[in-house]
Amino acid sequence: MDDLLQEFIAETRETLEALSGEIVAWESSPEDRARLDAIFRFVHTVKGSCGFLDLPRLGRLSHAAEDVLAQARTGDRTPDRALVNAVLAIVDRIGELVEAIDSGASLPDSGDELLIAALEEGAEEVVSVNLPGIQRAASRSVRLNVELLDRMMSGMSDMVLARNELARRLRHGEIDPTVEAALERLSLTVGEMRDTVTRTRMQKIDALFSALPRMVRDTAAGLGKSVSLHIEGADVELDREMIEVMRDPLVHIIRNSIDHGIEAPGDRRRDGKRENGRLIVSARQSGNQIIIEIADDGRGIDIERLIRKLVANGRNERDLRAMSDRQKLELVFEPGLSSKDEVTDVSGRGVGMDVVKSSIEQIGGRVELDNAPGKGLRIAIHVPLTLSIISAIVVGVGKQRFAVSRQAIEEIVTERSEAIRIDTIGGAQVVTVRDRRLPMIDLGELLGVPRAEMETGQMLAIVSVSDGSYALSVDTVLDNEELVIKPASPAVMSTGLYAGQTLPDSGLPMLLLDCAGMAHAAHLDFTRNVSHAYDEVEAEAATPGTPALLFCDLDGVRRAVPLGIVDRVEQVDAGSVRHSGGQLRITIENRILPLVVQGEYNLAKRLNVLRLKDGESEVAYVIDEAMDIVMLPDEIVPAKAAGPVAGVVLLDGDQVELLDAYWVFGEYAGDEGEEVQPVCLLADDHDGWMTAFVQPLLEGAGYRVVTELASGETASVVLSAESGGAAPGVAAPLVRLRRRKAAKAGDDSIYRYDREGLLSALEDRIAANGGR
Amino acid sequence: MAHLYLIAQIAGRAVAIDSDQVESVVDIGEVTAIPRAAEHVRGLAALRSRVVTVVDTQSALGLEASGNEACRAVITHVDGHHYALLVDALEDVAPFDLLPLAGGFALDSAWRSAGRGIVERDGEPILVIDLSSLVPGHAVAAE
Repeated sequence: MDDLLQEFIAETRETLEALSGEIVAWESSPEDRARLDAIFRFVHTVKGSCGFLDLPRLGRLSHAAEDVLAQARTGDRTPDRALVNAVLAIVDRIGELVEAIDSGASLPDSGDELLIAALEEGAEEVVSVNLPGIQRAASRSVRLNVELLDRMMSGMSDMVLARNELARRLRHGEIDPTVEAALERLSLTVGEMRDTVTRTRMQKIDALFSALPRMVRDTAAGLGKSVSLHIEGADVELDREMIEVMRDPLVHIIRNSIDHGIEAPGDRRRDGKRENGRLIVSARQSGNQIIIEIADDGRGIDIERLIRKLVANGRNERDLRAMSDRQKLELVFEPGLSSKDEVTDVSGRGVGMDVVKSSIEQIGGRVELDNAPGKGLRIAIHVPLTLSIISAIVVGVGKQRFAVSRQAIEEIVTERSEAIRIDTIGGAQVVTVRDRRLPMIDLGELLGVPRAEMETGQMLAIVSVSDGSYALSVDTVLDNEELVIKPASPAVMSTGLYAGQTLPDSGLPMLLLDCAGMAHAAHLDFTRNVSHAYDEVEAEAATPGTPALLFCDLDGVRRAVPLGIVDRVEQVDAGSVRHSGGQLRITIENRILPLVVQGEYNLAKRLNVLRLKDGESEVAYVIDEAMDIVMLPDEIVPAKAAGPVAGVVLLDGDQVELLDAYWVFGEYAGDEGEEVQPVCLLADDHDGWMTAFVQPLLEGAGYRVVTELASGETASVVLSAESGGAAPGVAAPLVRLRRRKAAKAGDDSIYRYDREGLLSALEDRIAANGGR
Repeated sequence: MAHLYLIAQIAGRAVAIDSDQVESVVDIGEVTAIPRAAEHVRGLAALRSRVVTVVDTQSALGLEASGNEACRAVITHVDGHHYALLVDALEDVAPFDLLPLAGGFALDSAWRSAGRGIVERDGEPILVIDLSSLVPGHAVAAE
């Protein structure tokens, strides 16, 4: 029974962690069915286990939550804010209770009834719904002692070495082909096994990140701030143990960011920032390190206040002032420092950045700060890969061999190559590779290893580190190997040149070079611009560009369609196409969709169909094949007349037609319950400019555009060029377009390329005229 | 209370090592040098599937590097890393009582920081050394 209980606690904990992201997402969009299901599954599982393990309190709570969620699922109740909050409170209480059970503590149960009562909506009845058996989450996992895994790992390595030894011995004598075949098979199996075993130690960093959305939400809400969290690189793999060590520092840094960094909404408005604070947490592997970055757009570190605080703590002010900017910034890691004047219940618990720093350093990592006062703070945690399999290049200098992470190497060239020249500038060696000029590090010289006397030229590995690139000169490039890298002892690491050690199949230990460390040791100086990096992040967020799907159409023309409206691409039997009700239609998943065809399609073939969706209606579009996802350039040359093509864009020097989504939906999807479109009359469009430019725009905005009124038709609004007056005999408001950008006094006309202005003017005039 | 000690020869002198600090005694094979590492760090050696850092004990004690090709080593485990400390020879494993280092013994250089006390073997006092203080990178912490 005890085992079962432990199992239940561990499982619930894990699920809760995984769920916390879902919960926040559900809160922001309570209609989201997938999230609702996930939370429902959780409480349902807890309830089931409770009955079995005789945990009545947990059972009661989960049962109540399950009931309400079941109603939300069947549509009997709308998941509003109150409901979401009540359910979240229950989920939280379940977490607390589970922890209490684990530690053997008792938790007063007075609040339970209140929580359950909060689920009720007025006098609504709580009806128990019997649901069919809920599928448990598909992921199967077991918990294992790390020590056991380590034993398995080292056993595995021993096996590899034993196999190598065996192979070496066999090679001396005459080998029976059958023995050789058996050895071959053994080698293969051992290799596969090693991969599998090694991967048991690794975990996706998502395990660390999945709890963040909830934490950020709670912390921000507690402080009356609003913070949007953006997570990147959740699938980077890290040693499981490392993930555990990282947990507390990460939480601390994020809390700090929200509490001290990101300002209150009012302050942000005053400083011209968005009210929503931005927090970006990202992980990436860079050579032999994992870099976890926490960037916020808050106020940054106030160094002046930091110094005042330290002076108040009894430090010598002159010493502090004499420090370099970087040293001053590092003061934030001094113990006993709360960078905020008052202590808050969120982060002012006496745990400072000094603790963060020391725990990161304990695992051989380091913390880097990029401070932009008033703009934000970026904290980068560099963690060594304690244990990882990396693809490495083995290089040789003199008699020694070293491994270099493949990821860090851009290319390998030989010195003799025509494209390479090496010069000495002011004592430093500089390599020119094609058009790039790079500093050079001679590995033999750096390490003090005598280089081999060789006839042939040496090899240059172009190495890129986070700050820049350099050329590493070595004697030979030997091999490309997958290596299991382990941390080296402090005696080795203190040189600053190595990132770890490995035991390749040769059985002779080898060191992994630290590319950034070597650049540092060789005094290469890549000065970088902090604020520039910030601007880049901003700019990226501001103009994401429009991605589009490039495809080859049936008529052989290459066209692009904005990715946003492409629901999916699928293959459909040509037999499901019918000409019915005046146009081509296709049957997909028991639905009839209007079909757009440009060109000839072959009835015998299966058709590639784009399903385009604008939110309400759906249209199918037959293509020859999908080619690529591209980013649309800003410049679009509009098409001459309204039609399936909105314009032409230049992609990789090639003209590509851009599909006019407005036209396609307007033309084909219109019969799904058409609204009455306001009619816009284009008056005196003599040069055809308005039909070419304005008409597609207006049609996109939901107007029906005519150049002449049919009998009995009335215009809702009239659009005319500058000189023209109201069309005779039309009683509709008039919007005039002018050619010049600047307006004369008293002129209410609209500049003809002012898209927004035009649309809002049209709307205003129609509304003022009684909304016809 | 008597405790088990390993009596070894380092730099021609007998020293006693707490058996708790000793994981095993091995003969190490080929050593991979670590360029730019401290002088008393010999290099890396493979011990089956494990990689150990080989320490020239004699030079770690501040004496002239032994220079000989001693390959007998005591394996110790400090802060998650394994080290092989080279010794000239191993003499004995026996229980002894640890006696404090009496005042007035002027041990030279690193012996002072490594010394933890003495044991008496047939009337001959033998210095007890702390292996972890000889391990580079930990010496400061051990003091």
